[in-house]
Amino acid sequence: MKVSIKVNGVQYEKDVEPRTLLAYFLREDCGLTGTHVGCDTSSCGCCVVVMDGDRAVKACTMFAAQADGHEILTVEGLAQGGALHPLQQAFWDQHGLQCGYCTPGMLMTSYALLKHKPNPSDGEIREELAGNLCRCTGYNNIVKAVRQAAETLQAAPATK
Amino acid sequence: MIPAAFDYRRAGSADDAFAQLQKLGGDARVLAGGQSLIPAMRFRLARPSVLVDINGVAELDYITMNGALTLGAIARDSAVERASWIGERGWSLIHDVSRVVADPVVRQMGTVVGSLCHNDPSGDWPAVALAARAEMVVRGKDGQRTVPIDQFLVDSFTTAVQEGEMALAVRFPAPDDRTAGSYQKVERKVGDYATAAAAVQVSLNADGTVRGAGIALSSAGPCAVRVTDAEALLKGQTPTADLIRAAGEAAAKQSDPQADLRGSVEYKKNLAGVLVSRGLRQALARLGVQS
Repeated sequence: MKVSIKVNGVQYEKDVEPRTLLAYFLREDCGLTGTHVGCDTSSCGCCVVVMDGDRAVKACTMFAAQADGHEILTVEGLAQGGALHPLQQAFWDQHGLQCGYCTPGMLMTSYALLKHKPNPSDGEIREELAGNLCRCTGYNNIVKAVRQAAETLQAAPATK
Repeated sequence: MIPAAFDYRRAGSADDAFAQLQKLGGDARVLAGGQSLIPAMRFRLARPSVLVDINGVAELDYITMNGALTLGAIARDSAVERASWIGERGWSLIHDVSRVVADPVVRQMGTVVGSLCHNDPSGDWPAVALAARAEMVVRGKDGQRTVPIDQFLVDSFTTAVQEGEMALAVRFPAPDDRTAGSYQKVERKVGDYATAAAAVQVSLNADGTVRGAGIALSSAGPCAVRVTDAEALLKGQTPTADLIRAAGEAAAKQSDPQADLRGSVEYKKNLAGVLVSRGLRQALARLGVQS
């Protein structure tokens, strides 16, 4: 079947099988391998992308067909003009990653979180990231990074 | 794993979805949030030959509050979690469960009606719907009908929705101002199946006696179960520590779990009782009653 999905501002028109999962559509049909597949069973959160601006979804548990006509933002769409997004900069500054495998999912879940709650408490950040697993950091620096990004984005709300 | 091949149909309206289900019969499944169905398809536990996707049907994406709380078939868990009324005492059972279904990202897609139709014995919503005495709106050949939740939840992964039929909504009766609830769930980690869970809703008379109680368990057998003995114990009584303990014991007795990595049968039965007692204490505390 034909699908037309806008990913990071670029329209992709592709012919896919109905059973094609969004994560594989992004990685294999669009060549956007920033979206990682970890557990492949909706448990780890590595594959999280943002749909229609503010909804974090697990791309391994959604068919590409369901995204037809919608907009998807992946980790590749965060940086603008060579400048890291405040979330990415904060993960760098706060050492919010080590191996980096979970990071795209962490970033995209945090991105949607900050759309809904621009000034979350540490507890709220931990709750919202509860579906994203990290085996390296122990999470503390990830929470600090999301705090930093929240402060940066609030100081400069024009940044997306 | 990748799911087995299937045909995909996007429904344009509720009528269209229903017409397709009528035509396709038992080979078709409704695709709502997909957060249980898609993993089941990936593990090849489910192999529907056709999916009828209702995600684009705007008329099924609603939450209304007039006399009752009604959630359309595409109302997401996250929309319930963020609803303006979610902090009101009468809806405290719904408040509690809305924060612990699966994980926060799954709740962005997952739907309440979908969870009820999936009827996983370890799901959260079936027990909550029992405790709150919800009813389901189902569309069949002869039109719409309302099905009390006790009749809707038939058995593991089985509901009163027949081939070619479709659940349109779930309706929770509006609680009065002397009603509160609590959802108690113990899980090893966020997103895991519950080790045990209890849904409790209590309504008091003006004199402080119990007018009615809804008590149900998840992860306590092949299907979510109403603890009728505990409900009967409480009715008409003034809640005391002894009564709450007895209600918990009734729940432990009725719980019929399976042993797995989360715990032994003995442990899970005991935990079910503890969670019912804890839920009753919290619901009563929300009503200003210390017990």
